[in-house]
Amino acid sequence: MELTQTQAQAWLASFATTILDHKAELNELDTAIGDGDHGTNMTRGVTQIQTVLQTSLPDLSTLLKQVAFAFISKVGGASGPLYGTAFLDMSNAAKQQSAELADLIQTGAAGIQRRGQAQVGDKTMLDVWQPVAQALAANQLTSQKIDTYLQATRDLVAKKGRASYLEERSRGHLDPGAQSSDYLFQTLLTVI
Amino acid sequence: MKKFINQIEQIVPEMVQGLVQTSNGQLRCLEQTTAVIRNDPQFQNQTQVGLVSGGGSGHEPLHAGFVGDGMLSAAVCGEIFTSPTPDQIYAAINAVDQGQGVLLIVKNYSGDVMNFDMAREMAEADNHQVATVVVDDDIAIQDSEQGHRGVAGTVLVEKILGAAARAGYTLEQLQDLGQQVIKQTKTLAVALHAATVPGVGHPGFELADDELEFGVGIHNERGRNTEKLVTAHELAAKMLEQLQGEFTDFTQQHYAILVNGMGATPLMEQYIFANDVADILQQQGVAVDFWKVGNLVTSIDMTGISLTLLQLQAGWRDWLTADVTTLGW
Repeated sequence: MELTQTQAQAWLASFATTILDHKAELNELDTAIGDGDHGTNMTRGVTQIQTVLQTSLPDLSTLLKQVAFAFISKVGGASGPLYGTAFLDMSNAAKQQSAELADLIQTGAAGIQRRGQAQVGDKTMLDVWQPVAQALAANQLTSQKIDTYLQATRDLVAKKGRASYLEERSRGHLDPGAQSSDYLFQTLLTVI
Repeated sequence: MKKFINQIEQIVPEMVQGLVQTSNGQLRCLEQTTAVIRNDPQFQNQTQVGLVSGGGSGHEPLHAGFVGDGMLSAAVCGEIFTSPTPDQIYAAINAVDQGQGVLLIVKNYSGDVMNFDMAREMAEADNHQVATVVVDDDIAIQDSEQGHRGVAGTVLVEKILGAAARAGYTLEQLQDLGQQVIKQTKTLAVALHAATVPGVGHPGFELADDELEFGVGIHNERGRNTEKLVTAHELAAKMLEQLQGEFTDFTQQHYAILVNGMGATPLMEQYIFANDVADILQQQGVAVDFWKVGNLVTSIDMTGISLTLLQLQAGWRDWLTADVTTLGW
């Protein structure tokens, strides 16, 4: 199925609200295995996305591009360039190829992999993005599945990002970027 | 949490404004950014390769406190413990490029590396000549896939490259010198108490009264392991032993040494620890040609101390002792 601009607007508005509601929780997850600011950083990004959503934009590609710029210019850290690259690549794909949802998410996952040089299993947001893209392609994505992908990061040892410096001690905690990605795809499910 | 702040969201912009306003005209802030650049008359009069560093805030005086004649041309201040964004880094590159190119000095953290890479891509698209050196002096994490972290040794890299840039080194020469210095810079840090990130409101981890965290980084992440507290002398001996293992022919060489407080460690204790380091090296007959002690690369209010050894090559000591006009060196 194709992602429409109207769906994308509803999706990202809902994502922004969800992140704002879970700011403290994301900070706590990040305090356990990172530097404690994933919620604060994502809040700056989604606040800018809310501003973007109030402007009138010509098409889906432009919307995705403005969302990418919000992440790149407001978030910082690792999540800014990672989410930013995902949405920038999705914007290009929507313009040049198609707005087929599964393809878009797969493009986003590939962008995250390219920017962060991570592999599936490294305990990063890619551990949610990649299986979500595959489930979407098979038309089998459910809320429960997304949570399963997220929960699977708990037992992984981090290989990328600041959590990787903890080595074995990173096990037993959810990855904060995987948690915010879980919110991204849970809210996507509510609009498609 | 008790802090001398107004609003959590305004910490970084207010800090940058305060730094600039009280710099006696030596610094200015690039409009619409939290990038701090040189404003001394010498900056316009004597052109050179631009040196831009930056990273998350919370490490003051690193990096903005090291902007000035003989050190950095500009520093980009990110949010607390968060890399600055590519548009801000790009603005700094654009502002300090005097036609001889710009060298980026980046600490090896995934966020910093990604944001500086994106900024370099933007600047190159606008025909700026940009090169990067990535500092990875921390030896606590040995087998991480993303390599060693960039920590306190960064300030020694900035000092040497700053003096060399002022002396007329080209972009290529600076990148080469930077890579050589980084290869010879090794750091290890310990903490007695974690820092409190203002947005979080409580210390990042808890330690008992008789515990210390060995091998911490500068972003409040836990260290390699939690150990029993020992005396300053025992700690100095243990840290030196691990650092020595990183160098070949350790006792035959000359060194610069940085004993660095991480925010809430009294200078009194830093001098005691430095004294122990000096005694042990003296007993080994190791030549120390340059010392620096103080709070140069902090981690907000972490009670911690780091020890950096830089194995000197010909001429490097002169770059370290060269005059500099900065707030922090």
